[in-house]
Amino acid sequence: MKDKNILSVQNLTMHYRTRKGDVSAVDDVSFDLARGQSLGLVGESGCGKTSIAFSLLRLLPENAQLLSGNVYLDGCDVLALDEKEVRKIRWRGISMVFQAAMNALDPVYRVGDQIIEALQTHFRGLSEAEARERVRELFPLVGLDPGLMDRYPHEFSGGMRQRAIIAMALSCEPRVIIADEPTTALDVIVQDRILGELRAIQQKMDMSMIYITHDIAVIAEVSDRIGVMYAGRMAELASAVDVFEKPLHPYTHALMNAFPSIEGEKQELKALPGEPPDLLSPPSGCRFHPRCSRTIEKCMGLQPPFEEMGAGHFVACWNPLEVGNG
Amino acid sequence: MGENSTLVNVVGLEKRFPVSAGVFGRLRGHIHAVDEISFEIPSGRSLGLVGESGCGKTTTGKLLARLLDPTDGHIYLNDEELGKIDLAEIRGQELKTFRRRVQIIFQDPYESLNPRRTIYDTVEEPLRVQGIGGMAEREARVVKLLELVGLTPASSFLFRFPHELSGGQRQRVAIARALVVNPVFVIADEPTSMLDVSIRIGVMQLMTELAERLNVSYLYITHDLAVARYMCQEIAVMYLGKIVEQGETEEMIRHPQHPYTRALFSAVPVPNPRRNRIAIEIKGGVPTPIDPPQRCRFYDRCLSGDDFCLNNDHPPLDDKGAGHRVACYKV
Ligand SMILES: Nc1ncnc2c1ncn2[C@@H]1O[C@H](COP(=O)(O)OP(=O)(O)OP(=O)(O)O)[C@@H](O)[C@H]1O
Ligand SMILES: Nc1ncnc2c1ncn2[C@@H]1O[C@H](COP(=O)(O)OP(=O)(O)OP(=O)(O)O)[C@@H](O)[C@H]1O
Ligand code: SF4
Ligand code: SF4
Ligand SMILES: [Mg+2]
Ligand SMILES: [Mg+2]
Repeated sequence: MKDKNILSVQNLTMHYRTRKGDVSAVDDVSFDLARGQSLGLVGESGCGKTSIAFSLLRLLPENAQLLSGNVYLDGCDVLALDEKEVRKIRWRGISMVFQAAMNALDPVYRVGDQIIEALQTHFRGLSEAEARERVRELFPLVGLDPGLMDRYPHEFSGGMRQRAIIAMALSCEPRVIIADEPTTALDVIVQDRILGELRAIQQKMDMSMIYITHDIAVIAEVSDRIGVMYAGRMAELASAVDVFEKPLHPYTHALMNAFPSIEGEKQELKALPGEPPDLLSPPSGCRFHPRCSRTIEKCMGLQPPFEEMGAGHFVACWNPLEVGNG
Repeated sequence: MGENSTLVNVVGLEKRFPVSAGVFGRLRGHIHAVDEISFEIPSGRSLGLVGESGCGKTTTGKLLARLLDPTDGHIYLNDEELGKIDLAEIRGQELKTFRRRVQIIFQDPYESLNPRRTIYDTVEEPLRVQGIGGMAEREARVVKLLELVGLTPASSFLFRFPHELSGGQRQRVAIARALVVNPVFVIADEPTSMLDVSIRIGVMQLMTELAERLNVSYLYITHDLAVARYMCQEIAVMYLGKIVEQGETEEMIRHPQHPYTRALFSAVPVPNPRRNRIAIEIKGGVPTPIDPPQRCRFYDRCLSGDDFCLNNDHPPLDDKGAGHRVACYKV
């Protein structure tokens, strides 16, 4: 029988070397992704979300160091593969919509031709006419007129480029798609449609998805499970409903209670107190302790373990909120 | 200058891009990216510009920053330092002053930051170019701005390069760079799209505070209506190069009237995994405005359109009371 998890990440730790020291961007992160499931990753700017994605795809810059951990894609140990084997799993195994998607297109080639080329590289034997037809089908799914295929990237607006990239990532029918802030440049109507399409394609193809964003409203709409990160570590991981309704980690709780909304009366917005953590010298013990409202003695000296507190509900905290306190 | 004197006045602004077919192709027509729009921004206030991807927001922003020349129309700026000027006519020293007084924060921080410059150089550059302050003073100002946008401690970031920062961190560098020269008007194109709520609130508060304290005005381009709600006193909704609705923010959120605005507001995601939001449907996909027919730009996708809409020009942006302006025959 096939394993129910398509992806399993175990104790992943990654640093960036800089002139001023090591940036601890990913620290002992573990999670599983089931087939057909969608996992939302949220957390502050700079907490390590993109770094995790890059580690899974082995697309790290030179100054990055994978210190420990394992990544299994469909049972295959991704971190042990050589460069040639890695190239094979990119796109068809895991494909990614990058955060910088908007300028991932080559300015000198027509947008459609770039997707056609990607398709032909990954599907041997696909004729150009067939590839072109496939792109014709994909464009409307992301709200682009197929007539735009023959235009150059500079003739596209920011959001149009981003949609072309989403079409490109979907074109190879990957088993796992990682979407890093894929809709930040899109208006909400297009976003709504793309989220709907992503969900539909994902279910139809039994594709799994990791959806990275800071927008918890979007996360609420696309995720089965949600992982909340803080300062390079996973703070909490649970079903979407549990994260919203029964958050156990004080950071999750703060995050859920501080978003601007167009619903209801205009509320006063409260930023999290204190400063974002410096990953060159992260706080001792629990990295959230300088900003936490529930800090106890232990938090400052000892790192809380990432443990299962309820069925499928993981949290790293010495003094978690009570269930039902969300 | 009084509190609410007009800082920016846009009159009949238009921008068309030629479209050709094939590499050496004939001219196929024009994209009407910005199609005769007019609006005012009082000093110390912010106008939120929202609308569909490709509707002409960035083009409008670039015209206001004088990075593009309009096909038609005028942009006037009424600034303490520059006096009342027509953007099309400024040259030389005046243009240099304009480049300091008016700043633009670009949509994409991956594209807009020079990859070979450290964060310090990037944020200090406008000060240097404008000859503001001595070295020590400039450094102090750069550090202060970085901390204000939440890049703390600044010393951890000063000598990094853009590729050593996360997306949201780059975005904050771009904001710091724009604000470092004390501009009077800032065109912010999706400046906080990659920031988490907490930092975003901080940046929003910083920008609002500058607006109040130093009378800075903003043209705030965003897809995030919730952010627009907190940042802007007024919102203008664009559709295919036209402003289709404009009004005071809370009024717009409570009583959107144009069929497009209503659909737009209903598509905002809600932070509740159990709730099934019902979005108001609109027909068809996003069209490209190549020589659009003279009727209502929204007609092809509108569920309320009728023969009258079909046979008449694009509706005028009429005041429906209390400054709430709507361009629709059926409202
Ligand atoms: N090449 C690099 N060299 C040094 N530090 C880096 C490098 N890339 C990223 N970092 C640092 O690592 C941390 C994690 O960055 P990452 O891009 O993973 O954040 P993120 O969670 O994706 O944030 P955002 O939401 O802002 O995109 C950040 O503090 C960032 O400054
Ligand atoms: N240099 C150009 N040449 C040809 N067409 C262009 C050019 N720049 C923009 N356009 C077109 O003009 C229209 C408006 O583009 P603009 O970038 O202003 O949109 P936008 O509202 O900022 O969209 P987004 O929200 O996606 O960034 C689009 O149809 C785009 O394709
Ligand atoms: S471990 Fe302590 S400091 Fe960390 S989140 Fe829990 S209570 Fe707060
Ligand atoms: S004028 Fe007619 S077609 Fe245009 S938005 Fe109003 S109802 Fe729809
Ligand atoms: Mg990122
Ligand atoms: Mg734009």
